[in-house]
Amino acid sequence: MKSRAELKEKVLLSGNEAIALGAYEAGVKVASAYPGTPSTEILENLCRYEGVYTEWAPNEKVALEVALGAAFAGVRALATMKHVGLNVAADPLFTSAYTGIRGGLVIVTADDPEMHSSQNEQDNRNYAFAAKVPMLEPSDASEAKEFIKTAYAISEEFDTPVLLRTTTRVAHVKGLTTAGEMQRSSVEPGIVKMPEKFVMLPAHARRRRIELEKRMERLRDFAEAFPENRIEWGDRKMGFITSGVSYLYVKEAFPEASVLKLGMVYPLPEKMIKAFSAGVKKLFIVEELDPFIELRVKAMGIKCLGKEVIPSMGELNTAIVRTSITGKQPKNLFEPVPIPLRPPNLCPGCPHRGIFHAISQLGVFVAGDIGCYTLAALKPLSAMDSCVCMGASIGTAFGMEKALGKDSLGKIVAVIGDSTFIHSGITGLIDIVYNRGFSTVVILDNRTTGMTGHQPNPSTGITITGDYSTVVDIEALCRAIGVKHVYTINPNDIEASRKVLKQEIERPEPSVIITKSPCVLLPEMKKRKDKPLYLIVSEKCTGCRTCLRIGCPAIEWVPLTPEEAKKLGYKEKQKGHSRINAVLCDGCGQCAPLCKFKAIVLAGEDDEKVR
Amino acid sequence: MKKSGSILFCGVGGQGILLASEITSFALIKAGLDVKKSEVHGMAQRGGSVVAHLRYGEKVYSPLIEPGTADIEVAFEMLESIRYLPYLQKKSRVIVNTQKILPAPVSTGLERYPEDLLDQLRQKGLDVFPVDAFAIARSAGETKAVNMVLVGALSVFLPVGEDIFLKVIGERVPERFLTANREAFLKGIDTIRKIQEVQ
Repeated sequence: MKSRAELKEKVLLSGNEAIALGAYEAGVKVASAYPGTPSTEILENLCRYEGVYTEWAPNEKVALEVALGAAFAGVRALATMKHVGLNVAADPLFTSAYTGIRGGLVIVTADDPEMHSSQNEQDNRNYAFAAKVPMLEPSDASEAKEFIKTAYAISEEFDTPVLLRTTTRVAHVKGLTTAGEMQRSSVEPGIVKMPEKFVMLPAHARRRRIELEKRMERLRDFAEAFPENRIEWGDRKMGFITSGVSYLYVKEAFPEASVLKLGMVYPLPEKMIKAFSAGVKKLFIVEELDPFIELRVKAMGIKCLGKEVIPSMGELNTAIVRTSITGKQPKNLFEPVPIPLRPPNLCPGCPHRGIFHAISQLGVFVAGDIGCYTLAALKPLSAMDSCVCMGASIGTAFGMEKALGKDSLGKIVAVIGDSTFIHSGITGLIDIVYNRGFSTVVILDNRTTGMTGHQPNPSTGITITGDYSTVVDIEALCRAIGVKHVYTINPNDIEASRKVLKQEIERPEPSVIITKSPCVLLPEMKKRKDKPLYLIVSEKCTGCRTCLRIGCPAIEWVPLTPEEAKKLGYKEKQKGHSRINAVLCDGCGQCAPLCKFKAIVLAGEDDEKVR
Repeated sequence: MKKSGSILFCGVGGQGILLASEITSFALIKAGLDVKKSEVHGMAQRGGSVVAHLRYGEKVYSPLIEPGTADIEVAFEMLESIRYLPYLQKKSRVIVNTQKILPAPVSTGLERYPEDLLDQLRQKGLDVFPVDAFAIARSAGETKAVNMVLVGALSVFLPVGEDIFLKVIGERVPERFLTANREAFLKGIDTIRKIQEVQ
């Protein structure tokens, strides 16, 4: 547990750590989330504070519903998710705007401009408008901590859920932050029946709809006086309206200019914007992604420049903001040098590598999903043909099957991770069984949620706080749904995996293949003492490159000139040989059976012949 | 020494870059400066190229270094030292760990690892400080202390005393690794001092 005395002085916190601290200081009692970059560390930190119930939910929709229920019960509640997670949680979001809350409810959406670790770069400010929910947007960690506390006050004052939006450069930027005072909600926890407010029958919802409009009206007035919407007058030749991390870039690129910094991006303070625009000669709107503020400012009849000059794709930075506004390119920059790329890769020993190599040999269409294993789409495995959103592998594979009928038998496979299957794969599998399909689903069970940094999930039977819980048995679950052919296999045995895959993909009935092998980055796997080490007996290596096809970072190609080859006793035309990097090898053994020449052996078997 | 600056840390996922930039940040804060540090988590960490931006001064706004403005680059791997060249300027100091970690296109035999990286950097007019951090860390008794060797090397160019760094290392590194990490840090300083004497 973190002691608060430790935090009395200024500390270096990331936006996510600061949000956790702010939520704690705001007296949050229940917090639920599904991990997703760049939001994950909020709950990972909040779970260390005393007196807060935290959990990993199966998906974001459940997370928001849990938080909403807690708010109904009169405590302060938090749901956090990445931007695409809010798509999943959009259903409860839109109607929670109608019901309102009792205890404060804040939803953190962490957007990912530039798609550092995401499949799209949607701008979730649009959700605030669409769902009619106020949204705050901090610029850095220190503001993030204060804003989340303010968000709870707004939530309870206006009886509304509040969205707090961060982006990667707020969530994962560390800055100086100070611990503050603890807040207390004036709401009494308990069961209070309010059917007109909480039961959204059409008759009730129509009345709440009117309340919602009245609330937005009051929020618009609130925005005008909200101290985090502030004008910083400077040189009046240029004025900037901006928010979030873009504010920091504007301050750095144009330190002398006048700035209207919006801490609340929805609803907007119209009077303040009009007063500001009247006070400056030329008005610019600087925001990442969509012209969210710009469209509204233009709708007020105010002349300004926004996306005419500021890019609407990717992240901004100081240089982009400056160049876009002044039109002057920076001088004397070094040109990038063409060097080999270093794309992310599956780790040495990753169990996913084995199963994807087996799949790639079958020449089928692989409907993929979201996780570390999406990296199997990259060369040399090249074993994924689609990846859309969490859970989509199963539905898209089944849709292809229905489109092509019997012709597609043996040609398509869906591949999904354990956590992703629990998140939103189960319903897709039910569709296959119920609608008499024959699709094959491979569930990659590596006992964790890998890509986001090893969060446990329901199929691991461990909670966010490390406590043991009931294990959701994926095999039993698939059988209960009605899948008759369920297999659990070891993906490190590529040949056996290939046989099961081939048999099941060609079977005209639904089947599920569960590959069971823990992620090698799990602490218990890293600590293994008995890890075998594989080596390549150089004199047996013919340079055929077969072992390189699995793309293991531990297997390295050593190029040779004809002279070098001859000197080492190879044929002159042999272009090189493979070598296993002993520091990187994790001992999974996937590579050894691939070598027809039996050049890959366990350490200790043929050591003296290894180069 | 300049009281504000931008440091670019780069290397390969798993090399301890985040801890190195963290310790540097804490030391700068202890010296009374404002700090912002930007990292990227998630997919990029799986064996890919990793970069962290650290900016310090009286008051720091942007968490990102502008191209052409980095004062110091700390490269944990040779190839990575040149990948972020557009962030550097003529007067940048470049601390390079001379370790090589082969990227996938090289290890699979599609491309070759460039041999003349340090010369390429020098030809740009940059002030290059090659450090064999792995060998130094090993001689300090802990091969995992590569990052501490590089923090030591970096500390020479920062407006923060050795004592402050050592205090931060004492607070952040587990007891049983402390002696080796302190040693690695001090050897990092020595390495730079020796290069400076020759210059």
